[in-house]
Amino acid sequence: MTPWTFMVTHRTEIWSATLDHVALVLIAMSIAIVIAVPLGMVIVQRPALRTFSLGLASVFQTIPSLALFGFLIPIPFIGGIGPRTAIVALVLYALLPILRNTYVGLTGIDPAVLEAAEAMGMTNTQILTRVRLPLALGIILAGIRTATVITIGVATIAAAIGAGGLGTFIFRGVAMVSDAVILAGAIPAAVLAILADIFLALIERRLRIQ
Amino acid sequence: MKVNSGETLVLLGRSGSGKTTLLRLINRMLAPSSGTVVVEGKSTMHWDAIQLRRHIGYVIQEAGLFPHFTVAENVALVPKLEKWDPARITERTDELLRIVGLDPKEFAHRRPAQLSGGQRQRVGVARALGADPSILLMDEPFGALDPVTRSELQREFSELARRLGKTIVFVTHDLREALLLASRIVLLENGRIVASAKPQEFLRIDHPEVRAFSASLQVAPGVQV
Repeated sequence: MTPWTFMVTHRTEIWSATLDHVALVLIAMSIAIVIAVPLGMVIVQRPALRTFSLGLASVFQTIPSLALFGFLIPIPFIGGIGPRTAIVALVLYALLPILRNTYVGLTGIDPAVLEAAEAMGMTNTQILTRVRLPLALGIILAGIRTATVITIGVATIAAAIGAGGLGTFIFRGVAMVSDAVILAGAIPAAVLAILADIFLALIERRLRIQ
Repeated sequence: MKVNSGETLVLLGRSGSGKTTLLRLINRMLAPSSGTVVVEGKSTMHWDAIQLRRHIGYVIQEAGLFPHFTVAENVALVPKLEKWDPARITERTDELLRIVGLDPKEFAHRRPAQLSGGQRQRVGVARALGADPSILLMDEPFGALDPVTRSELQREFSELARRLGKTIVFVTHDLREALLLASRIVLLENGRIVASAKPQEFLRIDHPEVRAFSASLQVAPGVQV
């Protein structure tokens, strides 16, 4: 059986796995953004928290993804088998690129611009919302883009703990020693990653200040 | 030290002599560790820092314009923070751009990146004048410009300063600039005031630091300036 005929005959199943995959990624990314962007704003003013949170987020990234999924299973409330555990792991993976880029974007602003903002009588909140954030937006979005592409790839491994998604085909294909079945999961996952990358790159280009 | 209303006081000194520190004490970007700084009869520590700063124009080297704002939005910054009426803001912005020699039709909608260094600095001056402050602080505003543009802006600015009648405190390490713009020069050395004089009398002061600065004016023997 060629990969092509397998994909055609199993198209409804692949489509529904793709939708599950997209849902996993979207939920995980939304949570990661909601945590990492505000945290990135807070750590600009707090060096101790900065070292701790960037360090912790880096540690999550160094844990092999399969191991991270495994570690989470026995943990009460967030653990167990299924998509919920997978989402927790994906969030932990996505935190670092978003957090780091938010911090770098907010702090990498021309000191003369910040000096002028302060000297003109802008309050700290105004400086954050009207100067730092707009100027950092392109870099924050670059972090979200990196995190999204990583998450789409890592989410294929979530199938190992019963979270569904395109990884289901990959694991099944490995067990069956069938390239066709592996590719039925791998190709849509790769296409998703490429599309997400292009889409976010377009938005990023519109937001970045020359 | 006292700055009189309407004068252009130039703080002259080498790098690290305390000029910028002194300037930043005036709008409370720095708080005094001892002593008091009095602005319009009130210690800066009794002013609300935000109100004080909106009350005082500030121009720095490289202008520090907001790259994501248009020229008009940059100039309108303080009036907008002070919640002026939009029609009045537009009118004021156009007026200010004309004052600094930029045609509003041509420049209002440009971004700072689309301006030359000299034009950016003009916008910086216009922004500082935004809410018509009576005091203007300037920290080496023309320092990053090429010598020809710098001297053009210096001449125009000295004309402008005379016309507007603002109280100006101007920081520089360039004696030539100080002589051109100042109504009074205050020379700083290691955080202390070592001389204070009108430009006409400044070079006659007998002090080693004044002589060191006068030496910076010298050109090769035989060359006429």
